[in-house]
Amino acid sequence: MADQIQLRVNGKTVSVTAGTVVAAAVAQAGQTRFRRSVQGEARGPLCGMGICMECRVTINGQAHGRSCQTLCQEAMEVRTDE
Amino acid sequence: MSQSFDIIIVGAGIVGAACAAECAAAGLKTLVLDRGIVGGGTTAAGMGHIVAMDDSEAQFALTEYSRRLWLQLRDQLSADVEYELCGTLWVAADDAEMAEARRKEKYYTERKARVEILDGHGLRRAEPNLRPGLAGGLRVLDDSVVYPPCAARFLMDKALRHGAEFRAGAAVRALLPDGGVEMADGSRIGAGRSVNATGPWSPELMPGLPVRKRKGHLVITDRYPGFVHHQIVELGYLKSAHSVSKDSVAFNIQPRQTGQMLIGSSRQFDAEGAEVDHEILSRMLARAMEYLPSLGKLSATRVWTGHRAATPDKLPLIGPSLAHNRIWLASGHEGLGITTSLGTGRLLADLVLGRNTEIPAQPYAPARFADGSVANG
Repeated sequence: MADQIQLRVNGKTVSVTAGTVVAAAVAQAGQTRFRRSVQGEARGPLCGMGICMECRVTINGQAHGRSCQTLCQEAMEVRTDE
Repeated sequence: MSQSFDIIIVGAGIVGAACAAECAAAGLKTLVLDRGIVGGGTTAAGMGHIVAMDDSEAQFALTEYSRRLWLQLRDQLSADVEYELCGTLWVAADDAEMAEARRKEKYYTERKARVEILDGHGLRRAEPNLRPGLAGGLRVLDDSVVYPPCAARFLMDKALRHGAEFRAGAAVRALLPDGGVEMADGSRIGAGRSVNATGPWSPELMPGLPVRKRKGHLVITDRYPGFVHHQIVELGYLKSAHSVSKDSVAFNIQPRQTGQMLIGSSRQFDAEGAEVDHEILSRMLARAMEYLPSLGKLSATRVWTGHRAATPDKLPLIGPSLAHNRIWLASGHEGLGITTSLGTGRLLADLVLGRNTEIPAQPYAPARFADGSVANG
């Protein structure tokens, strides 16, 4: 069995398999709105390959991280909708 | 000729738009022609830093005068101009640059411009993301920023409200000695006077004009509100801006109202293309990260380039051309065109109408190049 990683999405602990991207962990936490556009519209992953920039979340305090291109790490703090 | 204007302004960048606003407000029948759109050329590649600069007495006079005109205009500006009175922070890396900051403090204070010296701690308090160990800096309080394309549009709208006419996509082939212009399709438009306000493209209408294209790169980041609070420029910027032969970069960053940051600057002669030069872009960003180490963790969303209109003495060309007294110039503003657009427009209208100018216009007269000593820079 692959190693499990524990991280937090909006304060909620999520357990994922090593090698999982943050976007999947966010989805697993039940979040569908990853961020808001400048006009306040809901946004979430679209391309899944780092180009559309729609899946951005705040990772360990750093805004605008591409959740589809970032691997989960132990104790990572992820925030959506900021 | 079927129609006639008092004045035709060629070029609808921020300088042409400012000239049009002043001429139309003064009652002149004004036409503006541009082969593109309003503010789509050099204006769109300017940072929009409204700054008093002391490279020479004449440069300080025009930038300070223009800055005052921006302050007077601020309450009328539309929201999309994004006028922000953030001030400029000139950063001194070491003691030698701190001496330059103090020289600058004295110069500005003597001319009644509001400035304050910051020591290393004061600098860190003002901008916590700057790296530790910098010597200090100079804060210039009344400097500001605008979003240049919308500022040009605002000035053009003002011209239109005063009865000016604007034609986009209207390419001019020649400025005629009688004051009119000949269009690319061979048609002619009559006028008492024309003004070449085409910036780096000015020599196309006036071969031999001592204006050279100086390429620059700009980077804009994603939104990180509060990362910086001032337009921050390294004092070493002056070395970069003054170097006339080599490609150079300098640290220059600006906070936008959106929380985005605009990062410059680079200077290159003999680089006519619009393509991004990755080598100089890397140097430019590396320079910025020397001052703001955590900048490297942020995301950039776009990189683009533009060309400044550089003159040999770093002063613009405002007034009648050498060749014909009905063909005028409002060009050669290099990196200060957003700031000096308002002063240029006011001076040009004053000269056209024979009014007294508020500052001496002679330092910017194209006639200073009459002896040919600095032709081609």
